[in-house]
Amino acid sequence: MARFLTFLLAALVLSGPAFAGIDESINTFTAPIAKVIGDIVFFKITIGGAGLPVVVLWLVVGAVFFTFYMGFVNLRGFKHAIALVRGDYSDPNSAGEVSHFQALATAVSGTVGIGNIGGVAVAVTVGGAGATFWLIVAGFLGMSTKFVECTLGVKYRNENPDGSVSGGPMYYLNKGFEERGMSGFGKFMGTFYAIGIFIGALGIGNMFQSNQAYVQLNTVAGGALDGYGWLVGLILAVVVFAVIVGGIKSIARVTEKIVPFMAIFYCFFAIVVILMNFTSIPMAISNIFTGAFTGEGVAGGALGALIIGFQRAVFSNEAGIGSASIAHAAVRTNEPVTEGYVSLLEPFIDTIVICTITALVIGTSQVADPSFAGDATGVAMTSAAFERQLSWFPLPLAVAALLFAFSTMISWSYYGLKGWTYLFGEDQSMQTVYKIIFCVFVALGCVVQLDPILSISDALVFLICVPNILGLYFLAPIVKSEMNKYQAKLASGEIKKFKH
Amino acid sequence: MKNVVLLAVDGSEGSERALSHAMSRAKSGGAKVVVAYVIEWSPYSFNTPEENAERHNRRESEIERANSGVVVPAMAKLADAGIEAEGLVRHGKPAETLSAIAKEVGAAQIVIGRRGQSGVKALIFGSVAGNLVQTAPVPVVVVP
Repeated sequence: MARFLTFLLAALVLSGPAFAGIDESINTFTAPIAKVIGDIVFFKITIGGAGLPVVVLWLVVGAVFFTFYMGFVNLRGFKHAIALVRGDYSDPNSAGEVSHFQALATAVSGTVGIGNIGGVAVAVTVGGAGATFWLIVAGFLGMSTKFVECTLGVKYRNENPDGSVSGGPMYYLNKGFEERGMSGFGKFMGTFYAIGIFIGALGIGNMFQSNQAYVQLNTVAGGALDGYGWLVGLILAVVVFAVIVGGIKSIARVTEKIVPFMAIFYCFFAIVVILMNFTSIPMAISNIFTGAFTGEGVAGGALGALIIGFQRAVFSNEAGIGSASIAHAAVRTNEPVTEGYVSLLEPFIDTIVICTITALVIGTSQVADPSFAGDATGVAMTSAAFERQLSWFPLPLAVAALLFAFSTMISWSYYGLKGWTYLFGEDQSMQTVYKIIFCVFVALGCVVQLDPILSISDALVFLICVPNILGLYFLAPIVKSEMNKYQAKLASGEIKKFKH
Repeated sequence: MKNVVLLAVDGSEGSERALSHAMSRAKSGGAKVVVAYVIEWSPYSFNTPEENAERHNRRESEIERANSGVVVPAMAKLADAGIEAEGLVRHGKPAETLSAIAKEVGAAQIVIGRRGQSGVKALIFGSVAGNLVQTAPVPVVVVP
């Protein structure tokens, strides 16, 4: 292991500064490919002056369908989800297995990331205050999609001979279609998904995160890190390497423990800022509602605001992409549907709570001072909104962004790994090959501005929601009958509370 | 009904002393001894996805280690002394789980060894024996 590490270090130190030159040529080479793929995946239909990407429509229609088909499980299952996470229904004899809380916490730390801080700012800049309303609606509908995909993730997971588990869309697509006598199609869809999640894990789950972390650090350092992207990338890559290849659990454990506190810390001070802007609260809220239905000043009006809101919500909570079901599959339960209930809290925490709070921080700041952020957008805009009231906040915010990025990378490294093992088997040395590739991309993310590669990965992540949701439609009746059976067992007292 | 003594073990010196105490008591009183090892675990910790995926395995090997390293030898010693013994390995918060086991097996008392931690350490991490004395449903014997 030490030899691997030295090799990686040496390779990156030697080639690090040289990357700066080759990114140009990689860009020219991949840009046309990225454009073609992007054009296909994000193909837009124009309605009333607003461009609606078909893939977003596909996700939204799915979420609406599952909400109705599952009888508003996102509302009706909410209380039960909380009881499950609290462990009210956990059998004391299964203590020591992965609990519902642990599975949820792991999945949430994979989705709470830069998007919750910066993505919302982008949505508000482009889609106006009204986008916030649609963001919340999308988060609410996304809860149903999560419910379906995470139930399936547990139901169709593989239990490996060594006792570990592998689950996720590639498994439920493959096995689910096979059950319906379409094994060839299922194999194709599973493989397609596995390739997509692998490439996506290198892009938005990796390069994008390390890149944004570097940019944010550099901003706080006042540009002192200009040209040192390779060094930041190298450090990040070594730390990620230590965790995923070296198996140094302490680093992962520390981050996994700090991230939830960072999220609470972030929300706490966000609420402080909102309260400090209290005179602007009524106006900010009214802007959200009027903007949602009139779309004043937004390209495409209300529909434009709706599209932006929905798009950002999907980016943030990943409902319909299927990635979270890979993490949820690790839970131990006799009832797959319990994990579905738990997972519906994920879009709630990610989108309805954290994103909305960010939107209100920006919204109230905008009401108080429309030009508070200057030209800044993304994370910088959110940072400026905090800075207006709490001048010391940008530094801890940068640290939070760095940690969010790190934990997202760790989660996505696992998602990508599961895609990889689905394709190449559970062989340990092949897994190490994947992990080394992953670390190289962490470093690359900070060094080169590979926008085309990012757009390819971005497009692929959205592309895999096509087979995923198609599979969800096919398998939804199974989830529904599981849900009904489970509800009947709850009602008859066959499944009872262990804690009162 | 036979008198049941719940003996909490963790492989430490204190737990050895607790074993000899329980042994002498059980012999004179004709009681049965339930040997319980609680592996410290919380359902509310934060893990990486990989840790979660391997958790089932880990749990099995933790139980196996506790059984073969501590519980089975203790039971053998008890059996040699002609005392009826039963072994249990659980995951959870030690004091809470021991209390639950005591109720479950109908123990008349719990016997536990003292670790003898320094004041500061005990203040930060708490002491299992101390917590147990405060919360147990039955009398607790703390063996020094």
